[in-house]
Amino acid sequence: MLLTQLPAAELASLIHTRETSAVEVTRAHLDRIAAVEPAVHAFLHLDAEGALATAAAVDDCLQRGDSPASPLAGVPLALKDVFITADMPTTCGSRILEGWRPPYDATVTRLLREAGVVILGKTNMDEFAMGSSTENSAYGPTRNPWALDRVPGGSGGGSAAAVAAFEAPLAIGTDTGGSIRQPGALTGTVGVKPTYGGVSRYGLVAFSSSLDQGGPVTRTVLDAALLHEVIGGHDPLDSTSIDAPVPPVVAAVRAGATGDLTGVRVGVVSQFRGEGYQAGVQHAFDLAVSRLRELGAQVVEVSCPTFDYALPAYYLIAPSECSSNLARFDGMRYGLRIGDDGSRSAEEVMSLTREAGFGPEVKRRIMLGTYALSAGYYDAYYGQAQKVRTLVIRDFAAAFEQADVLVSPTSPTTAFPIGERVDDPLAMYVSDLCTIPANLAGNAALSVPAGLSDVDGLPVGLQVMAPAQADDRAYRVAAAYEVARDAAEGGPLTHRVPDLTEDRVPGPSMDRVAAR
Amino acid sequence: MPTISRDEVAHLARLARLAVTEQELDLFAGQLEVILSSVARVSEVAAADIPPTSHAVGLTNVFREDVPRPGLTQQQALSGAFAAEQGRFRVPRILDES
Repeated sequence: MLLTQLPAAELASLIHTRETSAVEVTRAHLDRIAAVEPAVHAFLHLDAEGALATAAAVDDCLQRGDSPASPLAGVPLALKDVFITADMPTTCGSRILEGWRPPYDATVTRLLREAGVVILGKTNMDEFAMGSSTENSAYGPTRNPWALDRVPGGSGGGSAAAVAAFEAPLAIGTDTGGSIRQPGALTGTVGVKPTYGGVSRYGLVAFSSSLDQGGPVTRTVLDAALLHEVIGGHDPLDSTSIDAPVPPVVAAVRAGATGDLTGVRVGVVSQFRGEGYQAGVQHAFDLAVSRLRELGAQVVEVSCPTFDYALPAYYLIAPSECSSNLARFDGMRYGLRIGDDGSRSAEEVMSLTREAGFGPEVKRRIMLGTYALSAGYYDAYYGQAQKVRTLVIRDFAAAFEQADVLVSPTSPTTAFPIGERVDDPLAMYVSDLCTIPANLAGNAALSVPAGLSDVDGLPVGLQVMAPAQADDRAYRVAAAYEVARDAAEGGPLTHRVPDLTEDRVPGPSMDRVAAR
Repeated sequence: MPTISRDEVAHLARLARLAVTEQELDLFAGQLEVILSSVARVSEVAAADIPPTSHAVGLTNVFREDVPRPGLTQQQALSGAFAAEQGRFRVPRILDES
């Protein structure tokens, strides 16, 4: 089997037992990137030299007989271009930061380096993580490896596509309203939004500070848990970081992988079905629920009526926070500066810089937030949205009295065609209908591949939500489900990703139903 | 249903320091109106006695010992500057000189 097709846990084991080297694994992924990037465009920046140097350092350390720095030492990773890196540019998919070299590392970046993880480069994203398709990147869209005319989801479409296209076994995303989970669903990969405060936001360029959360993007649930334990934990540099141990997510995956969910209560959220949900998505979700039942889970129906208001509340809260956070991009201290010809004032230069440097979705959200926060409208919009947030938290609390985890489809549809929703903000926003409540409440949630839609042959995600700080519960259920699904369908879903290189060989991908 | 005029968009853009074009004024006026009328639904459920939540986790002040610790050097801080002079950020004039 090709090195690029192995999950991170297996690669790490081969590297740590010296059956292969970290350099060899890194080279294999760099070769794969060279072969498929022209089609996929998952990366904004590659650092082959730096990656090979990190890999060589891991090999040297193992050669000396030292134990590996972490269970993932030597394994390559793709980092979303919203985490700052002192040795690579950080653009957030925006012209306003084109070529910017940050003067320091994010905590997540530092933890990855300390763990010996090999950072291959920075991945494409919707500008400042605002979007659900990666079409809002100033540097062009990323394409879905399952169907190149489709979006990979967003905002972390680059990270999800890199993992689905076997360009990296691991990636990091950020999830403000679903930007890890929805791309996971649309590319048939695993995406985890940890409990808010579980992973440090220090050096994560802020979009909506009360919602943003970094997390793992992988092809297997175990890999996600291993990565979660590398990047999670308390950080004094982030005042919202939880000062408590990382939930035991790897142990939970091992327990889940036995395939026994006896006694686990799974709540199906009754609000997340019906109009707007594709038949193929609903069918795959129903099958997933029956599989959970077969594993011994006790399935109950739970009602969370205020979840219907989570989407509108989100589109007031997130733009409000964004309008404030993005005020820092003013062309004065770093980034783009336009119109500084000696005649214009700082204020005029700021306005020209921001006009030229931001794309349409970012401008829309800044103005929406400015409106919602302005005197006279504050109570009717932002104030009301904050109350809905309280109601969503209460609905979750009541639901978690009846169930240990809640499940839903991750997104109402499969991957949509590039260009289809780009001029219709509301149609785009609906992609995050099911993922937003967990951001508003701050609890843990993940998406695990749930097979292909029987209508269009594209991947569907199963969302598993758990209470705050109970991330391990979601992992356990996802791991059990993954084992059962893989067994029933003859292997991991990503083995059915079409071949993306020019000299195509017939493979298991041939059974994919032709896209509409 | 909220209505957003071109003038209001122009005002918002000024507040947000965005030098939007005439064409964008038309585009954004229409789009913001559609988005706002959709999100205005939040007022249907949120009764007066519901306390607002600003943050998912209860936030309290986080303190540390009041001892100096290293920050960015001047050189690092200026490393991304469009223009620097005498170890400082060089910016366009901030006051009118008339």
